[in-house]
Amino acid sequence: MSTSSPPAILAENLSKTYDRVPAVDALSFRVDTGSVVGLLGGNGAGKTTTLAMIMGLTTPSAGSVRVFGADMARERGKVLHRINFESPYADLPHRLTVRQNLCVFGKLYGVPKLKARIEKIADALDLAQFLDRRTGQLSAGQKTRAALAKALINEPDLLLLDEPTASLDPDTADWVRSHLEEFRRRRGATILLASHNMGEVERLCDRVIIMRAGRIVHNEAPDALIARYGRETLEEVFLDVARGHGVGARLEKARAIP
Amino acid sequence: MNEAPGRHEIESLRAPSAAIGFSPARVMAMVERHLYLLSSSPVRLIDLAYWPTVQLLTWSFLQLYVGRTSQLPVLAAGTLIGGILLWDVLFRGQLGFSMSFLEEVWSRNLGHLLMSPLRPGEFVLSLMIMSILRLMIGLVPAVLIATTFFGFDIATLSFAIPFLFINLMLTAWSVGLVTSGLILRNGLAAETIAWSAMFAMMPFACISYPVTTLPSLLQPIAWALPPTYVFEAMRAMLIGNTFRLDLLVESLALNLLWIGFGSLAFRALLASARRAGSLLSMGE
Repeated sequence: MSTSSPPAILAENLSKTYDRVPAVDALSFRVDTGSVVGLLGGNGAGKTTTLAMIMGLTTPSAGSVRVFGADMARERGKVLHRINFESPYADLPHRLTVRQNLCVFGKLYGVPKLKARIEKIADALDLAQFLDRRTGQLSAGQKTRAALAKALINEPDLLLLDEPTASLDPDTADWVRSHLEEFRRRRGATILLASHNMGEVERLCDRVIIMRAGRIVHNEAPDALIARYGRETLEEVFLDVARGHGVGARLEKARAIP
Repeated sequence: MNEAPGRHEIESLRAPSAAIGFSPARVMAMVERHLYLLSSSPVRLIDLAYWPTVQLLTWSFLQLYVGRTSQLPVLAAGTLIGGILLWDVLFRGQLGFSMSFLEEVWSRNLGHLLMSPLRPGEFVLSLMIMSILRLMIGLVPAVLIATTFFGFDIATLSFAIPFLFINLMLTAWSVGLVTSGLILRNGLAAETIAWSAMFAMMPFACISYPVTTLPSLLQPIAWALPPTYVFEAMRAMLIGNTFRLDLLVESLALNLLWIGFGSLAFRALLASARRAGSLLSMGE
C-alpha cells in the first residue's frame, strides 16, 4: 500500500447532537486500508450514528469524516461505489426475489458481468437454491446471507457492518464470520464492524474502538486491551467498561480531573 | 492522527465518470426494481386501474343523466368526462410518483438506496418514469371505456393532448417532490399528505366548471394553480373547438416555477433529513 494513500476512514472531532443531547461527541479515529476494526459499545453508545455519518446518511453537527479521502458530507458521490453496508435498519424489498434484488443493486453499483457475479456470490454464500425465492419468504439466516450478498455485490473496498450476525444461530453466524474472513483475505478490503458479540470481534478484528455515551473510551488491539484490564476475554473487558470498572474507569476519572 | 489528504489525493481516487456523473443505467435499474414489484403483485396492478375506472363510470353516468335533463351545450360536449380524465392524469400522476417513493420507505430500502451510487436526481427521474407507467396502467382502460361506451370524443382534444398531459404531469411531479420530501423529513407520519395533497387543489383548479364560477376573492388562487389553465383550455376545445395556446403556455410557465420550487424543497428536506439522522431508521 502506498504511504501517500489516505486511510479508509478518517474521523476528526466527529460530533452529532440531537435536541442538544450529544449522541456522538468529538470522535477522532482512523481506520487503515485493509484492516478490520470493531466498533463496540452498549445500546445508545453512538455506534449506529457513527456508522450513519461514515456512510453519509447523517450529517455531522461538527467535525468531519473522510472515506478514502472524500469528505462524506460534501463529496460522498466520489466514493459511494467503493463502499457497501449491511444493517438491521435497512431491508431488501421483500416482494422481490433475491436475484431481482441483487440485479437491481448490481446495476446501481455498476457491477460488470452482473449475471455471472450474481451466480458466483450466490454460490459462495450458499444462496443458489434461494435466488428465485422472494426475499420476504426467507428465514432470518437466509435473509442475512442475502443482505450480505447485496453488501458484497460490488466487491467493496470498505464494508460497513452493523451487527451482521445478531439474529443468526451459532452455526450460521460462524459460517458468516468465516466468509467475511475469506473476503478480507482475498480482497484486502477494510471492514468496520459494529457488534455486541465479543467473540466475533476478537476473532475478526485487528483493533477495537469502544464507545460509551458517544465518546471513544478505548481504541487499541483486542489482545492489548484484554492484557491491560487483566481479563481473559474481550467480553469481560466490555462489561468492565460498560459498568465503569477497571482501568477504563480510572483513565476516565483521571481525564476528568483538570 | 494523520492530516486529511490533499486535493490531489482525492482526485486520484476519482471513480470512473459513469460512477460519478448522471447514469441512465441507474435510473433504469430503479425503474426495473418497480416493474419487478408491480409484476409480482396482480393486486397492485388491478388497484391501479380500479379507481380511475370506478370514478369514470360514476361521472359518465352523471353526465348522461344531466345531459338528458338539461339543454346546456356545455354538458353535451363531455366536459365532465374530459375533466375527470384530466383530473385523473393529475391525481394519479402524483400518486404514482409518491407511491413509488413510499414503496422504498415501506420496504425499509431507503438506506440502501441513499448510500448506493444512486444520485437523488436519478432517483427522482426514476420516480417520474414510474408515475407515467403507473398512470398509463390506470388511465388507458378508463379512456377506452369513455370513448367506447359514453361517446367521449377524444379526437376533439387530439393535438392538444400532449400539451395538456405535459402540464398536468409537471404539476403532479411538483406536488410529488414536496410530499416525498416531507416524508423524508418527517417519516411515515407525513404519509397522509401523499394521499391528500392534491385534493386541496381540487375545488380551486376548476375541473368541471369555469373559473368565473368561483367568488372573485378565490379566483386569484385558481389562477395561481397551473392545472386551472389546463381545464379552461380543455373546455375551450370541447365546447368552442378553440385551441387556447395562451392558456397552455401560461400553465407551462407556472409549472416551471412549481417544478423548480418542488426540486428545491425536495433537496432542502433531504438535507434536513440527513441533519436529523432519520434516513437510516425510516420505515414501518
